[in-house]
Amino acid sequence: MKAAALLRRSETVIFLVLLLAMVGIGLVNPAFWQLGNIFSLLRANIITGIMALGVLTVMISGGIDVSFPAFAMAAMYITLLWMLNVGYTGVALPFLMATLIGLALGALNAFFVHSIRMIPLIVTLGTGAMVRGFLLGFIGTSTINIDKMPRQLIDFAKQDLTSFTTEDGSHIGLTAMLLIYLGFALVVHVLLRHTMIGRAVFAMGGDKEAARRVGFNIPLTTFFVYCLAGALAGFTGLLHVSMIWLANPHDLAGMELDVIAAVVLGGASIFGGRGSVLGTMLGVFMLVMVNNSLIIMHVSTTWQRVVVGVIVIAATAITSWRDRKRAA
Amino acid sequence: MPAPLIELRHIGKSFAGVHALDDLSLALGAGEIHCLAGENGSGKSTLIKIISGVYQPDHGEMLFDGEPVKAMTPIGAIARGVQVIFQDFSLFGNLTVAENLALSNELRDKRHVVSWRRVRRIAREAVAQLGVDLDLDADVERLPTSGRQLVAIARALMSDARLIIMDEPTTALTRKEVETLFRIVRDIQARGISVLFVSHKMREMLEISERITVIRNGKLVASGPTAEFDEISITRAMTGLDLTEAPYVWTPREALPPRLEVTGLAVPGLFSGLDLAVAPGEIVGISGLLGSGRTDFALTLFGMHPHYQGEIRIDGTVVRITSVQDAIAHGIAYVPEDRLTEGLFLSQTINRNLLASSYDGLARHGLLDLAQARRDAAGMIAAMQIATPTGERPVIELSGGNQQRVVIGRWLMKEARILVLNGPTVGVDVGSKAGIHRKIRDLAVEHGLAVLMISDDVPELVAHCNRIALMHRGHFEGVFETAQTSEAALADRLKALA
Amino acid sequence: MRHGFDLRRFVNREANLVQLLGLTAAIFVLMALLNEKFLRAYNFESITYIAPELGLLSVAMMLAMLTGGIDLSVIGIANLSGILAGLFFHSMGAPRGAALTGMPFGMVAAGVLIAVGTGLLAGIINGALIARVKITPILATIGTGQVYVGLALVLTGGPAIVGFPDWWDAIGNGKLFGVALPLVLFVVILAVVALVLTRTPLGVNLFLIGSNAKAATFAGIRMGRAIFLSYVATGLLASVAGILLSGRTNAAKSDYGTSYLLQAVLIAVLGGTNPAGGRATVLGVAIALVALMFLSSGFQLMRFSNFLVDFIWGAFLLVVIAINALRNRAR
Repeated sequence: MKAAALLRRSETVIFLVLLLAMVGIGLVNPAFWQLGNIFSLLRANIITGIMALGVLTVMISGGIDVSFPAFAMAAMYITLLWMLNVGYTGVALPFLMATLIGLALGALNAFFVHSIRMIPLIVTLGTGAMVRGFLLGFIGTSTINIDKMPRQLIDFAKQDLTSFTTEDGSHIGLTAMLLIYLGFALVVHVLLRHTMIGRAVFAMGGDKEAARRVGFNIPLTTFFVYCLAGALAGFTGLLHVSMIWLANPHDLAGMELDVIAAVVLGGASIFGGRGSVLGTMLGVFMLVMVNNSLIIMHVSTTWQRVVVGVIVIAATAITSWRDRKRAA
Repeated sequence: MPAPLIELRHIGKSFAGVHALDDLSLALGAGEIHCLAGENGSGKSTLIKIISGVYQPDHGEMLFDGEPVKAMTPIGAIARGVQVIFQDFSLFGNLTVAENLALSNELRDKRHVVSWRRVRRIAREAVAQLGVDLDLDADVERLPTSGRQLVAIARALMSDARLIIMDEPTTALTRKEVETLFRIVRDIQARGISVLFVSHKMREMLEISERITVIRNGKLVASGPTAEFDEISITRAMTGLDLTEAPYVWTPREALPPRLEVTGLAVPGLFSGLDLAVAPGEIVGISGLLGSGRTDFALTLFGMHPHYQGEIRIDGTVVRITSVQDAIAHGIAYVPEDRLTEGLFLSQTINRNLLASSYDGLARHGLLDLAQARRDAAGMIAAMQIATPTGERPVIELSGGNQQRVVIGRWLMKEARILVLNGPTVGVDVGSKAGIHRKIRDLAVEHGLAVLMISDDVPELVAHCNRIALMHRGHFEGVFETAQTSEAALADRLKALA
Repeated sequence: MRHGFDLRRFVNREANLVQLLGLTAAIFVLMALLNEKFLRAYNFESITYIAPELGLLSVAMMLAMLTGGIDLSVIGIANLSGILAGLFFHSMGAPRGAALTGMPFGMVAAGVLIAVGTGLLAGIINGALIARVKITPILATIGTGQVYVGLALVLTGGPAIVGFPDWWDAIGNGKLFGVALPLVLFVVILAVVALVLTRTPLGVNLFLIGSNAKAATFAGIRMGRAIFLSYVATGLLASVAGILLSGRTNAAKSDYGTSYLLQAVLIAVLGGTNPAGGRATVLGVAIALVALMFLSSGFQLMRFSNFLVDFIWGAFLLVVIAINALRNRAR
């Protein structure tokens, strides 16, 4: 029965939970549904979401990546310093540069995971520390303020899809950067679903040995996933500072666990072989909504971590109960 | 006379100085169903790997269609139409049936973009070829073993196969599923494709194959048309057991209540209505086809099915066994089928493996009495005649037979009173088999243990059990005094069950 | 079938410790050569005060890895323990001044109990989720870690809790028989853990479980209980680390020591712990701790920033593991 199969899919469950949550919060405080809030909610998805796409790909292949925030900041900072140094005024090239730096760093991860055969958690812990340490130790620790930030980056990120002004004169806009997020999501989805390299990622996560035997290129796939995660991180690092108008190299530290939680909430298996872009986007949305809803319900945002933690525990408990029933 | 499809001449292969294959010669004709019989460790898997190009032989040569092949590689084997279906099927559980089927095609065609429509078409054709009904959209991991096997076979047939090698294909199949498999195998044969069936299940071998080759310790011991073999001759060839040993005779001693008695034992879905009494000193064999429930019966005694129905009595008293610890506390010991994954701690020492269940008892005031532990372990090594200079060596170094002694020895340290053995001499070399059986007899006779021995090996059962119970689909079909039956009679009974 | 590779690896376990010692000695010599200040007594003294808290977290990580798991919540537990004790002192005494610093020993002991109790409770929660609900350890401790850090955040509102009683500071900065008190505590705890691992049924059971969980079930080992207790122990160790940290710095904050998590994992792995389970030695972790403390203190003396030290930690781990892996493959 198609309907039953649809209900069983984790994406459907999460979607329903999200819907319920949103309705619930809206009932507590109808201000939730104000366009301004919705726009800001959507905006908050972008950075975490794009990073999550990379983490999803790595996780499906059976690996894990905790180095991406460090890569993001390193790529961003190096690019910005270069821009400021040469006085570059374009937008495309810096993003390309940041992406390539991220990609190169991702290749480092892939090298250790594949050629040295070290477990991904340890590898990415090491490379993340290394890169963050290198950035802050050798390159610089100072924040680049709004007055120093390249204007064109800020202008680029300021673009809105639609906007209006409220009665009290404040400007509400739905950022056009959302299109970038959706674009990346679509690309990753197509890669995972409709290309052989995407299927290779799933096969590797399902059974690495069988994937090798059947003829998949394991080294290529390994490099693909970690380089993709790195590249997305690089791009997002620069996007992030463009959106908040200041570049602090200490930023984004500690977000790795949140992103992993979001990806797992979205139905990906931490053991590999399962996951979807849609699920990840829903998981990220859930994560972002926790903070937003706390604000709306006038609960101190210090509760954010606790709520996220409880949701992760509940979700993983349900999943493990379900998996045990399946195996029984 | 056309040349045989594959011919192996005087093949030899060694690993680290140990002969896996020794002067083995074999010929396989086109469209032939050939069974390769041998126990675990006999060299079967090495032979498969040589035919499929994973290993190169140290000596001898391999000919394909009469032409010698210098160095076979896996790709070369596939190109020549050799397809191996391993026991684990090498399928992707997290992908759908359709995708699993189409994958090798897609890879071979070096495609970059996936067209799901093409994938489905390829899958539909593959499944139609097989004449079975499979849900193309199901995740392979959701399928039962028989379904997964069908997917594996369908995939193997997709690539102009000329020889399909199936490694222990009936291990997890029910009778009905085995029949479906055999129908497919005959269909395959009708298309001129050869099938090499690697197995140690005699009944199925006799049913499906045209020729049988028996291999033991890397050497060929028997080969010929199936008509020349029967269960007993195959088993004897596989195990090399020389039945000059006197069969086990048990004489009842004082009138004591049975050590173990089950009445109306049942676990819904697995088995029901089991009645059996085992006196101290008896060795009762349990045999039956796959799916008979015998392993689950043993696991129930060992506390792994806590919600059983019926009664278990030990020395006349009713007990309720709801956990492994319960079972052990009541003196029940279980030696599992697969000692490598279920019995041994491969990265640990022999001593640790021997003492694994005894540590709680070795503690005084919370701390382990290490000296006592060492003494106990050393004593058990001697008692079980485990061939090792010291117990501090890693258990992985021991031969199969010695490893089995370690697992049995572990239980003797707990002063087991009921010993349940599941396939006790599987994968153990001939010399050790005899030794293990002698030890088991010793335990029964000298120490008064009640022994239950689950085995597929009819000659083994007849030689070493004083009673044999046949299980079929969750019931006891009959319990026989060994003295009043024979190997042939039992073999016939089992065949009749099929 | 011979498994030649595993056999050699087994035999080399002792060799690994020797190699680690050699590495430590090499680092020592290198740092001494690069740095005249390295050999000063003051330097070693400060190491003896700082190393123990990291060491306890590393041992905690080792315990979790022994059964094939991991505990990513240890920092959260450590900080929460310190914060709860601090809040207790501030409410029982005063936020500052003599009423706080001059708190009687009994009150401070109560604070210690609160901190340790926090670790115990957190460990029980972790253990229950992992052993009973059977959530995989990495996800369970990501979740609980967030909760513990989150609670710490809620309780403090963000800023640090500054100011602890003198007795508390003494735990982190005091001396016993001329040796830094934290070091004494660390060595004692280390000895206890080593004792439990090698000389109690629970300890040996943990090794067996990590080696082959299925066989452990068939051998009648009470897996659930053993794993549960190992995470309780991890929680306890983390809370003691929290006591040492807040004692030494006279403050407790929800996000102290975030780099400690990475370092604890690195030290555990460097010390010979197999993240897949079944292999760990307390001695290995201790030596790895010393090696890495020499490394960071040496670089700090050379005025390398903390960030550079992080860089060196990360690079060091990768290099050492790469060398080990290549050596193992070459055999």
